[in-house]
Amino acid sequence: MTGKVTVTLKVNGRTFSADCEPRKTLADFLRQDLGFTGVHLGCEHGVCGACTISVDGSTARSCCMLAVQAEGTEVTTVEGLASDGNLHPLQEAFWKHHGLQCGFCTPGMLAAASELLEDNPDPTADEIREGISGNLCRCTGYQFIVDSVQDAAQHLRSTT
Amino acid sequence: MKAATFEYVRATSVDEVVRTLADDEDAKILAGGQSLVPLLNMRLARPTTIIDISRIDDLSYVRRANGHLEIGALTKHRVVETSELVHRHVPLLADALRYVGHVTIRNRGTIGGSIAHADPAAELPATCVALDAQLVVQGPRGQRVIAAADFFHGYLMTALDPEEVITELRVPVLAKGTGCAVEELARRSGDFALVAVFAAVTLELDGTCREARIAVAGAGPAPVRATAAEAILRGNAVTTDVITAAANAVADATDPPSDIHGPAEYRREMAAVLSRRAIKQATNRANGGV
Ligand SMILES: Cc1cc2nc3c(=O)[nH]c(=O)nc-3n(C[C@H](O)[C@H](O)[C@H](O)COP(=O)(O)OP(=O)(O)OC[C@H]3O[C@@H](n4cnc5c(N)ncnc54)[C@H](O)[C@@H]3O)c2cc1C
Ligand code: FES
Ligand code: FES
Repeated sequence: MTGKVTVTLKVNGRTFSADCEPRKTLADFLRQDLGFTGVHLGCEHGVCGACTISVDGSTARSCCMLAVQAEGTEVTTVEGLASDGNLHPLQEAFWKHHGLQCGFCTPGMLAAASELLEDNPDPTADEIREGISGNLCRCTGYQFIVDSVQDAAQHLRSTT
Repeated sequence: MKAATFEYVRATSVDEVVRTLADDEDAKILAGGQSLVPLLNMRLARPTTIIDISRIDDLSYVRRANGHLEIGALTKHRVVETSELVHRHVPLLADALRYVGHVTIRNRGTIGGSIAHADPAAELPATCVALDAQLVVQGPRGQRVIAAADFFHGYLMTALDPEEVITELRVPVLAKGTGCAVEELARRSGDFALVAVFAAVTLELDGTCREARIAVAGAGPAPVRATAAEAILRGNAVTTDVITAAANAVADATDPPSDIHGPAEYRREMAAVLSRRAIKQATNRANGGV
């Protein structure tokens, strides 16, 4: 198969199908073929974390996955975090604590933070730093991101 | 930053992988993709065929058999790291995997992929060497079992033939009274190690060392097993002097590279420092400490 292949997957709860070359990364497929431009691409080789999404419930670098490998999976991008027009508590906290400046790293940060809080609902500041250590931010110096995640954690604990 | 074209095959069995590898000498196996896809994107690798093995589902397991843990080649790092069996029987493996990249990398990276890739600074190859693990591989002439000690030949080079695939990692269960510790120096959390030391110490009831296993990553073109250091510990009470002598022997066994990340002398010195800490910690844990 060097020609195009059809990839069918669920993104943010809806099923999509499109043709692409096997060499296309999942990141490019989501951005270019399906229009999910909230998937950001920095390094395209696994180092910066900007392209981090969730695949079948676990975070993945969408630049380090071929679109064909995502056949049949359920993907969540940053576009799927808010529901019914309401920001996710993590997004709310990033907004309140200035957890972003340019916003380039934010979709990946949110994905990483959201997985961290699922595994560990009450992380220390050090655990948050470890949890987002695979995501580079050139603007904030990370402190406000740590504050945001800590606040969101508290909020999520009090509501669930 | 876009991969060159290739033929894509989604393999459904190990036999199909071996056949496809034999048919096309420029074919490459794709497992978790955490090393290979970056190389494809940067066009540092340009295989003609990609054999995607990630959907072969009987290659993902952790089970106990005959004094070993058997771990399927496609088992994700994160699954092994959080496995109850691994924590109970080979805690060194769980401790080591926590240092591999970040959770997101470990969610997709596989045991077989890290071993086949054989980066000299990677945690898993050195851990396999320390534990006397074995690799089960399948090729056109059937199956063979290779000791980890004979598997890693040098920078990204292994004993694997081009048409062979790793199917399983076998790790001997550690004896009761064994404590494990990993000490790693890296510039940032999740980076490859500048130097990392993997230690397992088994104590007799009277506190003398019955068995010691020590290996180092980032200390040469392949993982280094510090047999002289192990011999210094074996049969002795693990005193501060013995630990220092063993740690110096670890450093003497290394032949680290000099590069932009640090000169060889620094790495060698750090190998001694990290070994002191790791041996001490492993001994404390063998005594029931944390
Ligand atoms: C940001 C980042 C940080 C990282 N940090 C670390 C780190 O600190 N320590 C570390 O050890 N690694 C690190 N890695 C690498 C990571 O651990 C890779 O997952 C691992 O090296 C490869 O496993 P994989 O399943 O992803 O293999 P792939 O990328 O799919 O394949 C890697 C190589 O192995 C071959 N291969 C795969 N499976 C088999 C098999 N069963 N039989 C034969 N050949 C096979 C492939 O053909 C390829 O050549 C990092 C990666 C990234 C992106
Ligand atoms: S773009 Fe995927 S990790 Fe940087
Ligand atoms: S907000 Fe600009 S990179 Fe993080």
